[in-house]
Amino acid sequence: MELLSEERAGILVVRAMHDRIDAAGAIQFKDQMRDLTRASSSPRVILDMSSVAFLDSSGLGAVVAVLKALAPDRKLELLGLTPTVQKVFRLTRMDSIFTIHDAEPNGLRHVG
Amino acid sequence: MLGNPSICSLTIDGSLMRLTVPGDMAAVSVAMQSLANGALFASLSPELRQNAEIVLAEVLNNIVEHAYADLPGDITLVLDPQPEGLLCQVSDKGAPMPALTLPQGQFQPLDRIDDLPEGGFGWFLIRSLTKDLTYRRDAAGNFLSFRLNCEQTAA
Repeated sequence: MELLSEERAGILVVRAMHDRIDAAGAIQFKDQMRDLTRASSSPRVILDMSSVAFLDSSGLGAVVAVLKALAPDRKLELLGLTPTVQKVFRLTRMDSIFTIHDAEPNGLRHVG
Repeated sequence: MLGNPSICSLTIDGSLMRLTVPGDMAAVSVAMQSLANGALFASLSPELRQNAEIVLAEVLNNIVEHAYADLPGDITLVLDPQPEGLLCQVSDKGAPMPALTLPQGQFQPLDRIDDLPEGGFGWFLIRSLTKDLTYRRDAAGNFLSFRLNCEQTAA
């Protein structure tokens, strides 16, 4: 699971480069996210999922686990959900829990 | 059509597809990627394709995690495109469903952040997106059958 991260305008932006976050890679994803977020002190973490075409329930569980690990002081937000990923969030109502951005939030654009 | 014939075996008879996948997570992931990029999925409507991808991944993962938790084996998948949707039949030779019954897969309420569920979404997704879901256990093993329709009124 390849994750690219950078700090921009005080926000940790992590881009998931793998096209699937599924049962085969969910634990690795969760571990890598834990390491990346521990190495940063940014209160906001944005996970860019625009390269992720598919997420199953194990992948969803891993994303939820990252949110819970950051709470209550830090926040995980999501960016660029592709249609199938969006559907999994919608069906499980997890779209009501996460802040989900269609495009990069204003503060981030053209920075870095 | 499938990238790695040593991982999945595939026959297509007319439009019906039969696929054998080893019961482990990595093989299921590769098989699902191949299906998602394959000709059969390309022939489905976008909504049906999404539903098929979500449901089949959950069904196969459940078999790996539960039916084949203690012993390895293969999963056989038959996908039959029909005018009203995709008929799916999935069989394995692993352990039976507890009480020979499919899980209810009820919606899990989302309350406090620190109390959010991190699992148990699988059967909820399967039941939300399928019709005519049936399970049978016989001497040959587990047999699951369901239909994925185009106009699903999901939760």
